[in-house]
Amino acid sequence: MIELRPQIAVVVFPGSNDDHDATWALGALGAEPVLVWHAEPQLPAVSGVVLPGGFSYGDYLRCGALARFAPAMAAVADFAAEGGLVLGICNGFQILCEAGLLPGVLRPNNSLRFLCRDVVVRVERTDTPFTRRCEPHQRLTIPIKHGEGCWFADEALLSELVDLDQIVLCYDGDNPNGSVHDVAGVCNPEGNVLGLMPHPEHAVDPLLGSGDGALILASLVDAARERVLAGV
Amino acid sequence: MKATILVRPKEGILDPQGQAVESALRHLGFSIAGARIGRVVDLDFEADDPAEAQLQLERMCEQLLANTLIESYEIDLETA
Repeated sequence: MIELRPQIAVVVFPGSNDDHDATWALGALGAEPVLVWHAEPQLPAVSGVVLPGGFSYGDYLRCGALARFAPAMAAVADFAAEGGLVLGICNGFQILCEAGLLPGVLRPNNSLRFLCRDVVVRVERTDTPFTRRCEPHQRLTIPIKHGEGCWFADEALLSELVDLDQIVLCYDGDNPNGSVHDVAGVCNPEGNVLGLMPHPEHAVDPLLGSGDGALILASLVDAARERVLAGV
Repeated sequence: MKATILVRPKEGILDPQGQAVESALRHLGFSIAGARIGRVVDLDFEADDPAEAQLQLERMCEQLLANTLIESYEIDLETA
């Protein structure tokens, strides 16, 4: 039996640079990725959306602050509101926070240095469409590469997010950027939108150091396929 | 009309840029008790009514120029 390959959009902003890596990884994990230019006012009929890493609009003003006004982002917001699966990686996470689709904001790393190395993240929730292939509290080795990955929420917001179980990934032991509560990834209250700083698309083949990122992207592909089969 | 917007890291928010500059100024021999780094936006725009202009500027700050989770803003409107 040939498994259905769900279509997943990868939105390309001026300055995105991980769009093709995300496309390759999604394709290798059983999806049919579709590149969507940021100026498109509508998304094709897809079952998931990935906002890739990069430096959209040159990171001008604040990371992700300008990308959220792209026509495609209005379509992504509608898609998310209808329960569509949206994954933001690195710059994609920054965009989702600036757009108000995810809580908090990404600030410059405490060290002020651009960091590019493997980190270990702990999976805090395995009941999301993005982590269902993971074991509870599984440690994943996935690379980061960012200058502004220090996720911040004030105490009131953080305690609300902890209560609502919206913290999905935490740095395990070594927090590279100084994020509050060691947060590496958060989701929205409904759980259909996730943002994370590490790059799962760079860790889908053990030949390149780690295959752990595949658990996250393959979870998304599984969930997207189920949505196609369920007719949503 | 012209306006100057000052965007600053909110009080209590860690400002690593400010800390780095503070430490560099100390290395130069200056006696510095604190440094915070923000951003200046100079705007030139068409408006007739200063009160309306002020409202517009506040909306610009809230919607784009500042992220109010971590930044505060100050609007200086030149009405002359």
